[in-house]
Amino acid sequence: MKHHTVTKGFTHQNQKHDSAVKQVTGRAEYTDDIAEPAGTLHAYLGVSDVAHAKLNGIDLSKVRDADGVVAVLTADDIPGANDISPTGRNDEPVFPTEKIEFHGQPLFAVIAETRDAARRAAELAEVDCDVLPHAIDPVSARDAGMPLITEPLKLERGDIDKGFATAQNRIKGQVTVGGQDHMYLEGHIAFAVPGEDEDVVVHCSTQHPSEAQHMVAHVLGVPSNAVVVNVRRMGGGFGGKESQMNLFCAVAAIGAKKLGRPVKIRPDRDQDMTATGKRHDFVIDYDIGFDNDGRIEAVSGEFAARCGYSSDLSGPVTDRALFHADNAYFYPHVRLTSRPQKTNTVSNTAFRGFGGPQGVIAAERMIEEIAFALDKDPLDVRKANFYGDGTDGRNLTPYHQSVDDNIIGRVVEELEESSDYRARREGIRAFNAKGGILRRGIALTPVKFGISFTATHYNQAGALIHVYNDGSIHLNHGGTEMGQGLNTKVAQVVAEAFQVDFNRIKITKTTTEKVPNTSATAASSGSDLNGMAALNAAEQIKARLVSFAAESRGVSEDAVSFGPTGISIGTDVVPFDKLVKEAYMARVHLSATGFYKTPDIHWDRAAGKGRPFYYYAYGAACSEVTIDTLTGEYRVERADILHDVGRSLNPALDKGQVEGAFIQGMGWLTTEELWWDDEGRLRTHAPSTYKIPLASDRPREFNVKLADWSENREMTIKRSKAVGEPPFMLGISVFEALSMAVASVADYRICPRLEAPATPERVLLAVERLKAGA
Amino acid sequence: MTNIKMTVNGKSVSGEVPDETLLSEFLRENLRLTGTHVGCDTSQCGACVVHVNGKALKACTTLAASLEGAEVTTIEGLANGGELHPMQQAFNDNHGLQCGFCTPGMIMTSVDMVNRYKAEGKELTEEAIRDELEGNICRCTGYHNIVKSVEDAAAKM
Repeated sequence: MKHHTVTKGFTHQNQKHDSAVKQVTGRAEYTDDIAEPAGTLHAYLGVSDVAHAKLNGIDLSKVRDADGVVAVLTADDIPGANDISPTGRNDEPVFPTEKIEFHGQPLFAVIAETRDAARRAAELAEVDCDVLPHAIDPVSARDAGMPLITEPLKLERGDIDKGFATAQNRIKGQVTVGGQDHMYLEGHIAFAVPGEDEDVVVHCSTQHPSEAQHMVAHVLGVPSNAVVVNVRRMGGGFGGKESQMNLFCAVAAIGAKKLGRPVKIRPDRDQDMTATGKRHDFVIDYDIGFDNDGRIEAVSGEFAARCGYSSDLSGPVTDRALFHADNAYFYPHVRLTSRPQKTNTVSNTAFRGFGGPQGVIAAERMIEEIAFALDKDPLDVRKANFYGDGTDGRNLTPYHQSVDDNIIGRVVEELEESSDYRARREGIRAFNAKGGILRRGIALTPVKFGISFTATHYNQAGALIHVYNDGSIHLNHGGTEMGQGLNTKVAQVVAEAFQVDFNRIKITKTTTEKVPNTSATAASSGSDLNGMAALNAAEQIKARLVSFAAESRGVSEDAVSFGPTGISIGTDVVPFDKLVKEAYMARVHLSATGFYKTPDIHWDRAAGKGRPFYYYAYGAACSEVTIDTLTGEYRVERADILHDVGRSLNPALDKGQVEGAFIQGMGWLTTEELWWDDEGRLRTHAPSTYKIPLASDRPREFNVKLADWSENREMTIKRSKAVGEPPFMLGISVFEALSMAVASVADYRICPRLEAPATPERVLLAVERLKAGA
Repeated sequence: MTNIKMTVNGKSVSGEVPDETLLSEFLRENLRLTGTHVGCDTSQCGACVVHVNGKALKACTTLAASLEGAEVTTIEGLANGGELHPMQQAFNDNHGLQCGFCTPGMIMTSVDMVNRYKAEGKELTEEAIRDELEGNICRCTGYHNIVKSVEDAAAKM
């Protein structure tokens, strides 16, 4: 009789986060926890207090004379290029030399014996500048004649003029969508240790170690092989550490090389929020033509974004807004354009969804407009416009990629039933009809999200696996761990490949020394890319072990297989340790680098055509809210979610991602308001003034399910799908539910002009506007 | 400079530190107890919560010198040898964490919460847990599993 051992820790299992025990006992090491060598110095940034000015000079004498100060770094101390632009546009200096371009812009860095001394001294600079007029939002910046920060994109398909000419109805509108601060609990930090020759090692909190490495080399004027960047884990990233760490890494490395001592820099939360970029806020003008059944005929939209003073990642972010301005809907005739507008604000950057959410919310607002205009249930309008199945000519996106894996219909149908949407909506309308102070709303919104970096070359990954001769396994890959459980998932893949226990695998820090030329852990791609690269490495070592086993026992390779009790070789079963030891003695190579590149994707930006996405992830959420029409306050009563992660690599981790993303998306559209004053100063600069959701804000009832029947049609890692970003947009259901509750005060005749974030103040204003007009 | 003396995780410790030294700095830098995290520097986020004389306190805005003779427990001192505290075990079992940066503070606040409710004989409802956690921010989890973890641990404490 055969014995089957169930080995835990393979894919499709609820393997616990690999660092969980360390995290609950305080032993998980973050960058600030690394023991500092004697002589470590601390840096702090000195920043501007005007939004736009000609910079004449900075008197740093008081700074240099302050207690504990060892050095002050200015642009003159940069041995290489004074540039940390991630896209090579050379428009983002470490420290400016001629002009100040936003309030809070770093101008110099103080290096002192203690962080406290550096911080105090940084306040003592006297900046000589001629203040210039500034514009901080995309509309006033355009009106002031400020340029676009990068090339806009146009997506076009069909005949837009004909579409509008023949449409039975037409609505033009505008929606303003706010930005969002990442508010990762661990702020930015970099810790540079100088080495011999040109070498420097930088420990930092970043999603993109290779870029940090490249930027440090660039500012030091040394080759990349002199710089090592290490990341064990981050205390959250969310896109905020994809390019924004460059400044801190550069300052720490310049200081360390100049002074020959380790230098650490950790801004406080206020400086982290004012000196680093955020989610782009958008002003979106739309024009929709549709028939009397609510079917869209034509869509035209212009997406103007507050990009800040430099391009950073604003090009691809605004591109992705257009890529998702269709959400799950087919537009027969469409023209979408972006306006990446330069403004005198901090340079905005990546944030979970990367512009996609701003596109999706525009689509959902358009659906709401149609539903209100035709007095229909918005869900019926949504369904009427879903992409088709490929047989009805309704599956081509505005960028000419066909949607071949569409499951949105099934996802929405199932959620509609499990959430009891129709009956609850009737009940809510009856409740609202009583005319009370409290009003309710409900909305069920879908999401379709394209997976792959739209910069095709980013869709590659590497991994490194060593099997030591005691049978223990060392795993390294180019992705970074920020809480999402990437390391756990990749280790599950490797455990399964070797059929060994999860605990046999040592997951190691991300370092540019082991896997070079990595892409950012971003675009939800971490597991897709690094899981495949690690599997590739494991398969190479396995192949060598199989061929050794076959040869050593005189059987064919077909007679060798890996199982949970060991390797079956003919009729023998040899434990993994033993075979590895034998293989080592026989001089078999037990280390391999793995590589993966996503197949079948291409994108021609100039033509606006291609297949930028390998596949799509889908989901839907149904949210119910209650608002107080006298105060604008509200709460989320219930949220039901059904989300597609293909065949989940780890359902527990994936559900955690969905829950967290939903709440973060809800925060973006409800309480998280970024507010600049007339001077261009960000006044919501800390958790004291910027409100992210708290435990008390989460829905009273929260039902989250993965679509366990789904399987990726593409050959992704174990047929799973990416999970980081797509569920973020499920939070839009809360926004649309608020919209319904507001609309009830005018008997749903008018689509409320609700701007995002729908703070209680904005909800109240929307209610008051409708009452006044009613 | 001030000489301070306190008991941290059951051990008597002392040190001479600048007057303005914060408890979080004393723990992290002098004692190398880096499980107490600093998230916002202004007692908003709760990542730095420790217990002082049995009660939850935000270490990032507390002067070390004000705690002369106090009994301080940090996340490192919560487990009983190799055995996790029920609250630590519950966060582990219920996936009540992602990036883990808020976790030590969440756990210390939650232990204090459960202890207080038990001492006062009050029922710790789900609603109460949500409200009690208002001084602890998590950006990753959406709090769903954190609340579940606290409920789980409360039943075992």
